[in-house]
Amino acid sequence: MKAAGVILAIAVALALQTTLARYMARGSVAVDFVLVVVVYVGLTSGPSAGLLTGTVAGLAQEALSTTIIGIGGLADTIVGFLAGIVGTQFIVAHSLPRFVVFFVATVVHAVVFMGLYAVLDLRHFGTPYAVVAGQAAANALLGVVGFQVVELLPGVIERRRDAKNRLRR
Amino acid sequence: MALLEYRQRSGYLFLAVVVGHILLISARVNSSTGVPVLEAVTFGVFSEIQRTVSTGISAVRNTWNGYIGLQHVKRENDELKQRLAAAEIMLQQQRAAAERSRGLAQLLELREHVGLQTVAAEIIGAAATADFRTLTIDKGTRDGLRPDMAVISPAGIAGRIVVPSARSAKVQLLVDRNAAAGAMIERTRAQGVVVGAGNDRLRLDYVSDVADVVVGDAVVSSGIDGIYPKGFVIGRVESIERSGGAYRRIIVRPAVDFSALEEVLVVVTPTAAHKASDGVSE
Repeated sequence: MKAAGVILAIAVALALQTTLARYMARGSVAVDFVLVVVVYVGLTSGPSAGLLTGTVAGLAQEALSTTIIGIGGLADTIVGFLAGIVGTQFIVAHSLPRFVVFFVATVVHAVVFMGLYAVLDLRHFGTPYAVVAGQAAANALLGVVGFQVVELLPGVIERRRDAKNRLRR
Repeated sequence: MALLEYRQRSGYLFLAVVVGHILLISARVNSSTGVPVLEAVTFGVFSEIQRTVSTGISAVRNTWNGYIGLQHVKRENDELKQRLAAAEIMLQQQRAAAERSRGLAQLLELREHVGLQTVAAEIIGAAATADFRTLTIDKGTRDGLRPDMAVISPAGIAGRIVVPSARSAKVQLLVDRNAAAGAMIERTRAQGVVVGAGNDRLRLDYVSDVADVVVGDAVVSSGIDGIYPKGFVIGRVESIERSGGAYRRIIVRPAVDFSALEEVLVVVTPTAAHKASDGVSE
């Protein structure tokens, strides 16, 4: 059941990523929905789930693009695994720590991704500090919001259901 | 404990997934030589394994062949030594045969050149004492040899028959102290008598003090002794001394190397001495 939810989350993230990408002027999105899902699963479900989610999500994301298959998957895997370790070793229940985790995870993902490309002499990204920082901040914000939504959504639904029942009486 | 196993399991899983990604990337990315990295790395790794295995096998083989499995080497070494010895013996035999053929060819050439009737003979022995310079040849009276027959070699006059037997004969060499032969200087025709000095030199006696003789002049047989045919080489003048009398003291270096004689020709054509002795006996 949990695995199905993860797969559904990945699918939704991919759909959002590709949909939004089509409407962006430069063809790139500041927010990486897939990476946010991977970090979220890692934080909530542990390293194994995090790295498997990263693997699946990364490979799927690369399969839909024209990059070298494996590099993004490896970066997502590492980030998912590290997020899982952080989630099991530290209490990440507040917004600020979550923000930091998402931010750092995005930076690590960028370092691994661009580093592999540079090492393999496939592409050089120059010095994209601002882009990476912007994407990290956006991912962190989205991740914190996502956490809040996922945590608050069941309570809101429950409260609205109770309110409806009270009105019927 | 369970937490530790969980962490280890996660670590192994992470390692496996990372390796899988690396393999995936390697299969897609080409190296600088145009070959996919996976193929290049795989080939490089396996080639190193092959090199290591080959080195190990070579080391074992070399150790075995060089230190342990040497039993056949000793046997082979013995066989090779035997073959080498046999080859050396055969080589010596062939060399001896070649030398003998060369000597016989020279002798045949001399026979044709001389125009005299000769009998070829082989040296089969030397003198029993050093005081007498004689040789023994393998031809005797059965072959027509008689005393005072000249013995010649391709280099020049060797000596004369002194004691013939039925199948062998004793040859007195020209260097024997009792030997003598009529001789003359080839260039000036100045005559004298060559006598053996007992060593490896000859002495030319009775050459006039006024005769034109210089060191290096060829000395040949004059034929007046009735034994040696005229004109055969005896040697060359080595030194000339004035004896104070009417004659000079001339030392002659023989043309024949008497220590190296192997085959000779015996001149069986009757000479004046033979005819005279035949007349006396008749």
